[in-house]
Amino acid sequence: MIKQDFHITAETGIHARPATMLVQTAGKYSSDITLEYNGKSVNLKSIMGVMSLGVGQGADVTITADGEDQEDAIEGIKTVMKSEGLGE
Amino acid sequence: MSKLISGIAASDGYAHAKVYRLIEPDLTVEQKKIENAAVEIERFENSVKQSLVEIEKIRAIAAESLGEEEAQVFDAHAMILADPDMTQQVEEMIESNKINAESAYHEVTETFIQLFESMDDNAYMQERAADIKDIRKRVLANLLGVNLPSPATIDEEVVVVAHDLTPSDTAQLNKKYVKAFVTNIGGRTSHSAIMARSLEIPAIVGTGNISEEAGADDFLIVDGIEGEIIIDPSEDEVAEYAKRAADFEKLKLEWDKLKDEPSLTADGKEFELAGNIGTPRDVEGVLKNGGEAIGLYRTEFLYMDSQELPTEEEQFEAYKSVLEDMEGKAVVVRTMDIGGDKELPYLELPDEMNPFLGYRAIRISLDQDNIFRTQLRALLRASVYGTLRIMFPMIATLQEFRDAKAIYEEEREKLITEGIDVSDDIEIGIMVEIPATAVLADQFAKEVDFFSIGTNDLIQYTMAADRMNEDVSYLYQPYNPSILRLIKNVIDASHAEGKWTGMCGEMAGDQIAVPLLVGMGLDEFSMSATSILQTRSLMKTLDTKKMEELVDKAINETTTVDEVIKLVEEYTN
Repeated sequence: MIKQDFHITAETGIHARPATMLVQTAGKYSSDITLEYNGKSVNLKSIMGVMSLGVGQGADVTITADGEDQEDAIEGIKTVMKSEGLGE
Repeated sequence: MSKLISGIAASDGYAHAKVYRLIEPDLTVEQKKIENAAVEIERFENSVKQSLVEIEKIRAIAAESLGEEEAQVFDAHAMILADPDMTQQVEEMIESNKINAESAYHEVTETFIQLFESMDDNAYMQERAADIKDIRKRVLANLLGVNLPSPATIDEEVVVVAHDLTPSDTAQLNKKYVKAFVTNIGGRTSHSAIMARSLEIPAIVGTGNISEEAGADDFLIVDGIEGEIIIDPSEDEVAEYAKRAADFEKLKLEWDKLKDEPSLTADGKEFELAGNIGTPRDVEGVLKNGGEAIGLYRTEFLYMDSQELPTEEEQFEAYKSVLEDMEGKAVVVRTMDIGGDKELPYLELPDEMNPFLGYRAIRISLDQDNIFRTQLRALLRASVYGTLRIMFPMIATLQEFRDAKAIYEEEREKLITEGIDVSDDIEIGIMVEIPATAVLADQFAKEVDFFSIGTNDLIQYTMAADRMNEDVSYLYQPYNPSILRLIKNVIDASHAEGKWTGMCGEMAGDQIAVPLLVGMGLDEFSMSATSILQTRSLMKTLDTKKMEELVDKAINETTTVDEVIKLVEEYTN
């Protein structure tokens, strides 16, 4: 299991289009991937779960991947975070 | 046996095609106890699979007929539909509560909808809540075994039959296949009617019960000129209407020849024939129909087709696009006309007893001037791309005009200070749609650059008759001598001050009204694009001296609408 912290810089937070990209990316990996914010944890492969967290600009979130391709998953998510201008 | 139904003719033309019922089925969910959870879960999974297949299909057709951008919404739908968390919650609920799939699915989706809707300052989440509602309909329809219409998948010629059509319904209609539409409710000035004219397809609204009368396998003849529908027409009727349609096409070809001609009367007096538009896309239709200007750009669609207030940038792009496409021809933009029958989900307006007499248009703009200022800034910035004219709707007093103009001047000065280019040739006018303003036109004419008479509202306010109320629709009388006097008063007042008057209501393209308006010397006629050429053709037959005589008689001697119509017919035959 690996964890990675992100600081969300996007003005709209994880709401708009980038959220879809994030969920689509997570869906490519077999590992269990979760997004943790404000003491609540959701499945990053679930758009409804991700959106229900209401992650805004300036939020600090933790993404956890657990499974065979956990390293690749975290790398993939990092790339999307960067390319979509979501956070770092 | 064929059956005749009448309604309000909303858009010219004829059609003969199969019925497509754009009517939502009953999706009421009943909670039932079940024995076998596994069976119920399988039903649920099958309906999700089936819905996914349908959405893929809709997406493919929508991408082809409407474009990739419109189709992308269905990607979001597919993603929500297949959401693993939601699926899991539904299945757990079926298992633990031993309830049917319909009610479990309804309950789980409802939780998400309410959660998203409660995130109130976020327009994006509101849209997603709407998406979930859309998807829920499809899954429930599959579970309940009923047919859900999906207009984006229409791939044969049809007449769309609906209770009413919303902007999002019409956005999904492909003009190639939708030959006409017919609705239960609405009038000539309702959204669906305006949309039909901009799509240039025949339409009949306000039929009362077409959705009950026309079945899924019926064929319909739609006569958009007389406002009549024939259900299951006989062979003779089909032949008769085919002939009428062919004659109408011939007439249209005749009109088409006038496309690049000036708008002249028989004795050579020139008028301006302009088109009304709701979105930048409509400009094409106006130019195609030989429009010489845009006499009314209804900017409220920018506000209504959105989930939040349109930004200055969005508005700027829209205005710039219209001005550029018109290549220097005048564009009269009406500032936000919200309220009355036009509501915004994100702008909380008070519930009113009489919305048409309430908080609307310029009254909102002056009260919430931040919204107004954003629009004026966008307009001013766009002004350098063409010939811009701005008009304020629902002006009742000179003070309102002065206040609105002062705000305009302030924003103009600010932009100039910021070093942004603005045109120094922007005319500022008002809509004349309130009798008080029409009566006091001589005073207004000293301060405004132009008038544009909005007849739809001017008539309803003068006659004190709600134009949405079918019980008093007989009072909607454009040719009532009282209305004619008011209009003439406005035109004369503007000319006395060297100003001009246009008209942007339905009346400007009305074949009985045009001779009268020519006689009064109305300067600009703005109408649905499809009425322009017909009006130009009519104008060619009119002699201004004779029409002045007609006006003189109509104003001074007639007492009723029928007398006016008879008089016009005498003078034009």
